[in-house]
Amino acid sequence: MSAIFGLIPLALSTDRVWWMPSNGALHGLAIDHLMWWNLAILSALFVLAHILLITALFRSRPLKLHHSDGQQEEESRDRGRKVADKLWKSELILLFALTLLYTWMAISAQRLWATIRYQGAAPQALQVEVTGEQFQWYFRYPGTDAAFGLTRPELINAPAGNPLGIDRTDPHSTDDIISSILVLPAGREVDLNLRSIDVIHGFFIPGMRLKQNAVPGMPMHIHFTPSIPGDYAILCSQVCGLGHARMQTHLRVVSNDEYLTWLASHAPKPIEGATR
Amino acid sequence: MPATFTRTPADIERKDPGIGGKPPVDRRPTGGGGGDDNWDNHPQGRRGPRELLTRYRLGLFFALAGDLMFFIALVGAFFVRQNAGHFDPRDNYVSDWHPLAVPPILWINTAVLLLSSGTIEIARRHLFHEVDVMEEWLGLGRPAVRRASPWLMGTAVLGVIFLAGQWIAWQQLESQGLFFASNQNSHFFYLITATHGIHLVLGIVALVGALCALFLLRRVEMRQIVVDCTAWYWHTMGIFWIFLFVLLTYFQ
Amino acid sequence: MRIQLQQTMQRHRGLFTTDHRTIGIRYLLLSLLAVAIGTVLSIFMRIHIVSPDLKLPLFGQIPPEGYLALVTMHGTLMVFFVLTTAPVNGFASLILPSQIGAQRMALPLLNAASFWLTSLSLTVLLAAFFVPGGAPISGWTNYPPLSAIAAAGPGQATGMDLWLVSIGIFCFASILSAVNMLTTIVSKRCEGMTLLRMPLTVWSWLVTGVLILFAFSILFAAVALLLSDRHLATGFFVPTGEVINGLLLDRANSHANGSPMLWLNLFWFFGHPEVYIAVLPSMGLTSSLLANFTRRPVFGYRFMVATTLLIGVFGLLVWGHHMFVSGMNPYAGTAFSLMTMAIAIPSSGKVLGWLAMLLRGRDSRVHPMPTPMLFTFGFLSFFIAGGLTGPILAQPILDAYLHNTYFVVAHFHLIMAMAGAFSLFAAVYYWFPLMTGRLMHETLGKWHFWLSLIGAYATFFPMHFAGLAGQPRHYAQLIGSTSTFLSSLLPLQTGITHSALFLASAQLLFLANLAWSARRGKPAGSNPWRATTLEWASDLTQCRVVRGPYEYNFQSNLSDFVMQCAAEPEQE
Repeated sequence: MSAIFGLIPLALSTDRVWWMPSNGALHGLAIDHLMWWNLAILSALFVLAHILLITALFRSRPLKLHHSDGQQEEESRDRGRKVADKLWKSELILLFALTLLYTWMAISAQRLWATIRYQGAAPQALQVEVTGEQFQWYFRYPGTDAAFGLTRPELINAPAGNPLGIDRTDPHSTDDIISSILVLPAGREVDLNLRSIDVIHGFFIPGMRLKQNAVPGMPMHIHFTPSIPGDYAILCSQVCGLGHARMQTHLRVVSNDEYLTWLASHAPKPIEGATR
Repeated sequence: MPATFTRTPADIERKDPGIGGKPPVDRRPTGGGGGDDNWDNHPQGRRGPRELLTRYRLGLFFALAGDLMFFIALVGAFFVRQNAGHFDPRDNYVSDWHPLAVPPILWINTAVLLLSSGTIEIARRHLFHEVDVMEEWLGLGRPAVRRASPWLMGTAVLGVIFLAGQWIAWQQLESQGLFFASNQNSHFFYLITATHGIHLVLGIVALVGALCALFLLRRVEMRQIVVDCTAWYWHTMGIFWIFLFVLLTYFQ
Repeated sequence: MRIQLQQTMQRHRGLFTTDHRTIGIRYLLLSLLAVAIGTVLSIFMRIHIVSPDLKLPLFGQIPPEGYLALVTMHGTLMVFFVLTTAPVNGFASLILPSQIGAQRMALPLLNAASFWLTSLSLTVLLAAFFVPGGAPISGWTNYPPLSAIAAAGPGQATGMDLWLVSIGIFCFASILSAVNMLTTIVSKRCEGMTLLRMPLTVWSWLVTGVLILFAFSILFAAVALLLSDRHLATGFFVPTGEVINGLLLDRANSHANGSPMLWLNLFWFFGHPEVYIAVLPSMGLTSSLLANFTRRPVFGYRFMVATTLLIGVFGLLVWGHHMFVSGMNPYAGTAFSLMTMAIAIPSSGKVLGWLAMLLRGRDSRVHPMPTPMLFTFGFLSFFIAGGLTGPILAQPILDAYLHNTYFVVAHFHLIMAMAGAFSLFAAVYYWFPLMTGRLMHETLGKWHFWLSLIGAYATFFPMHFAGLAGQPRHYAQLIGSTSTFLSSLLPLQTGITHSALFLASAQLLFLANLAWSARRGKPAGSNPWRATTLEWASDLTQCRVVRGPYEYNFQSNLSDFVMQCAAEPEQE
């Protein structure tokens, strides 16, 4: 029942799809808009088709049995043919209309897909590396030198404090910041370098309308622009083992100042008197 | 297996002609199902040997179509792997494909297999030679079987020689240090040749079965069908081998 | 039909019989067993999601890997042993030869072998529950490296091997069965049965047979490669530098450099035609039943044949729409998306054709709205409901949000599980007289239909909302650091669980009906539904087909229907 009443708030705004979490990404508005229209049109078609079905279910047209009159038979055959023609024509027109609908859906969706996925991020986008590991997401910021340190799989040792296998002999790795939550400044495009070290994980931020699988052996880039500050859930969307349901973390979108403060507070400090 | 699988009455009711029934020759002018000239008249239950042969050939065709898709999957995986490299820690793309030189004995093996296709085709044609088939159908001895059996045996021998040659090729590769799990494309070499080899072993089993069937089966139509299907299977494995051989030799 | 039925009764004593009717019934019993087990598994799954701490009788508390094992086995059982076996092997064995006027299959031995191999496959699969480690946990799709490495999770060792062996045997059995079906359709049609006089069910089995040949061979190759990765230290699917559970896996210094994407491509090249294999026979049956019960010919027979062929062909070209966010090239995503939209057109054409048949049909006074017809309505309803969410998921930009959420679960359950199941119910109620000579109980059937319809919509429709809210699949519990996000969905999931329990209970009516009607059902005549297709003909030995398959009320001055092989129209 609530499903049907839920359609009413659906109609109130084309920017917000009922049940979807609030959107925080720049491109999210266009996606939500498209989703709203798709759902509205398809729900209408669903209702229409079922009206037809239910009408057919409860209607009963009696069977016309033998006609003895030749002329009546002739007329009924003509009528039958006319009805069949009309039905055929209306079916083809409906099919054509549906084809146009599908074409519109395909083209509008492909345009949006192209703007988001066909090209990589802008060169000045913020770089963050996302690593999926059974069953934790790690985020690595390049630090002040704007370069990620090298990683080697043989150095991966989470209990010893090196879950990503960072090669400490590489000078670029000294200022890398590793965090288990993702903190991003609002309004700046970010380029995520998505990778996995063991199995396929799914990096899913519902509030940013973002999803991409992290495939081991295949580092991938996706980019988006978080625009509305807030706390968003990050979930794993590809079954990765017994801890799949717990592989969650948070995205915190904050103002630029807060972000810089956070970065500074997490930057690794050299220990006084220590030698390499 | 016939002992455990019970047959339907339709099967049992069908006549078992040592004599009588329709002769297994493909002669169009007279014949057909009911004695008239209507060749399209195929009433149920009175189908001739030609329909039986077509049915089994069709079954084999569909099975081989599925088998072809299986090999296509392996070849697809081959090409995917050939083009897959990895990024080293310095972000350079490194290809991992190490083409291996196909041992020259494979050329001899290919020739042997083609020759075996020839021998089995000769055997198959003997089974369809009209004069011999009519003699067998009339119960006057088994000339077609007598003529075809040496060729079938020859095919089996050539098949075994092919498999021995493949084994030698494997030994040669292993002496060079290239085992199944050595590198990516050695996987494929062994996998492709092994899969084809398994199919060929099945073919040799079918050949031996066909040889036995030639002497054990009572109806000449069934003897024709057994040899015909085995021959077509063998030819198909030969054609598959040519494609796989070209793949391994020129597309690494 | 009487004669054939008597012959069946005499023949079904043999355990290893090659009689196609007996084999067909045995296939259906196999599927019944599989669906019963699969439903029980799904009930445990649903209960666990909303009450994770509940201790189930005999099982105790289900651990997270237990939940994933339930999901994996539920999916495998339902997709393979119910939705592929019953419509394709079960009903084709039972009905196909009669519908083309043949007395038996072309290769009956192959048919019997295929059945026994399928039974072996089911046994091996169910054995996975009882081995150390339990059943596999990687979902019915079993993406590597999770499925390639035994250390990746509980159940991924012996359980995964058993799954692979079972499905390998199943592939082989399916290919044999498809070879038999195709050979039968091509070579055993009776006199006068041209291709364009075949019933639409036979057309659907023809296209399905070709799809099986293509798809299952690829799955067989994929399973073989995965078994090789697991036991022969190859690296088809396992990349270099793989670290699982603290173990660095380096395949014999070979820089294995496998690609999990290879598995995805191979699996989904099988996986998408598989869903068409599951649903095409249902579509053929729907056309036939609608013609039968509306007492009018199929609307646009050639059109229906053309759409069946198009769906079959296009179905082979759209597999990438399962992989939009899996690391595929975005341009390829666009190509697959356009192709998937294209397949919506023949599907919509079919639906419009069925609606046209309903709207212009006339009901028969003799059987007002019998149960098979009700279930056909149900099929249409679910097909439309599930089918309409297809175009949304076909758009990569929207799929990027909805992939692997409950929205997808709702989509495939409505269109494949519920539509497929309702069509199977329709087939059972319709062809029950052919199997037992009796009709099933009408009132029980009607109750079964209405309760199942309501239960199915109540269970699966709300899943759309869970998906829109962002709840991912395969989540054993709604907990974790973002629990406030997920646990807001708990009321919805609880409602779904209650509806699922209701739906599962309604199926007991069906089982009761089957058991009761087999012994005490009303005796059916030789053609209780007054159908024109040949499986209802009284004697097929001298069959010669002279007309199309659906001549109901074709000419208004003649009788209500004309059997396909009758020389003269029967008098009412």
